[in-house]
Amino acid sequence: MDSQTQLTAEELNEIIQLIYTQHGYDFSDYARSSLLRRVARCMAIAEFKTSYELKYNLINDKSFFAWFLETLTVNVTEMFRDPIFYKELREKVIPTLASYPIIKVWHAGCATGEEVYSMAILLQEAGLLSRTKMYATDLNPVNLERARQGIIPLKLIKEYTTNYIKSGGTNDFSAYYTAQYDNAIIHKQYREGVVFARHNLAVDQVFNEFQLICCRNVMIYFNQELQNRAVHLFHDSLSPLGYLAIGIKESLLFTDIKEQFEAISPLARIYRRKK
Amino acid sequence: MTKNSVDIVVIGGSAGSIPVICELIEALSSPFDFAVVVVIHRSKNVISEMEQILAVKRKEIMVKEPDDKEPIQKNCVYLAPQNYHLLIEETHSFCLDYSEPVSYSRPSIDVTFESIAEIYTEKAVAILLSGANGDGSHGMAEIIARGGIGIVQEPSTAEYPVMPQLSLDANAAAKAWTPAQISAYIHTLNV
Repeated sequence: MDSQTQLTAEELNEIIQLIYTQHGYDFSDYARSSLLRRVARCMAIAEFKTSYELKYNLINDKSFFAWFLETLTVNVTEMFRDPIFYKELREKVIPTLASYPIIKVWHAGCATGEEVYSMAILLQEAGLLSRTKMYATDLNPVNLERARQGIIPLKLIKEYTTNYIKSGGTNDFSAYYTAQYDNAIIHKQYREGVVFARHNLAVDQVFNEFQLICCRNVMIYFNQELQNRAVHLFHDSLSPLGYLAIGIKESLLFTDIKEQFEAISPLARIYRRKK
Repeated sequence: MTKNSVDIVVIGGSAGSIPVICELIEALSSPFDFAVVVVIHRSKNVISEMEQILAVKRKEIMVKEPDDKEPIQKNCVYLAPQNYHLLIEETHSFCLDYSEPVSYSRPSIDVTFESIAEIYTEKAVAILLSGANGDGSHGMAEIIARGGIGIVQEPSTAEYPVMPQLSLDANAAAKAWTPAQISAYIHTLNV
């Protein structure tokens, strides 16, 4: 990142307003500190020296916005990220999901899908995948297309294998993908049960009822108001005693709805909706 | 510099910095009237006992990894969590960021220094310690440009002098101090 690109708080406000009026995406309740970095990063990559250039392109160049949205949002993810989380999920959550005839799981903010496929593998190992319906949503259509493909650069597989083993996985990780040239593709059985769809936590509503919702490292980009909105949305989307998993350094403690949840794994930040 | 003019002290370190960080935490007078933020380069996806390592000697000083949106409080030592960048919101709360590593590092010292410079301006003190890459140098410039105090470990006293040296080369206004001088300074901050 070229951190030389400077942007004032006022310029950032103008850009947020412009994105909303021109393109309908509302970033006004995103955390300003990270949004400022992301916009500055976009400007540096596009080699814009001033916010005027950015605004000009946001208004006049239709193809520019697709690139901007993809570059602005953070799409960094890993398979079995935070192995301890998956270990807790394996031990404390998955066994209780077995009591439902049909299990519905929502990955909110799925980025390029690595965590969705990690979950699919856990469910398969517990013998539950065939009766699970997974919904994976993101606000960014480019992410969803990539997630749907389930293709992973081969150079990352070693790290993912290590994560998988640390999460308590005992199978041969290569049983879950086929490698060809520089890439690995996740086997079809893990991809076909997933519905990928657009959903924006800042504006969209409840669309189904779930036993488990995963929204890890998405709400860190929101300010407190938008975090409250998202957690209310999750609460209303969970069946009673349904689970909510958030990032390992995220907390419900600062939200206005914390009383409605019980922490079942404080370490891995897995919560359960109270009845 | 007058008493009570410092609201936050941010310490960045990499290879060879941990003994010095422990020494600086030891030097805090308790209670201290500002917040301390420590950014260390370290591994991800492993269980870390860094909080305990840093907290070992002074039982009354709380060292903790902040959660996202946790309000920043004085008399606390915060340690940047593994695998996230640590930013500061206008509301003086922490904000975590999982975007790409900067200078191969996440947490990046530059990112935290820059964010603290933006929010705390002249009420910030940045301290850059031993390390083997160029992280922290740009953030140090931001701290100084906003009126904050920049301190760099005297490279000859650092186990890995590259990081402090690069920062000094880029920042003429930064003070080059030995760990003992930095400790003495920290001790006087709210006395």
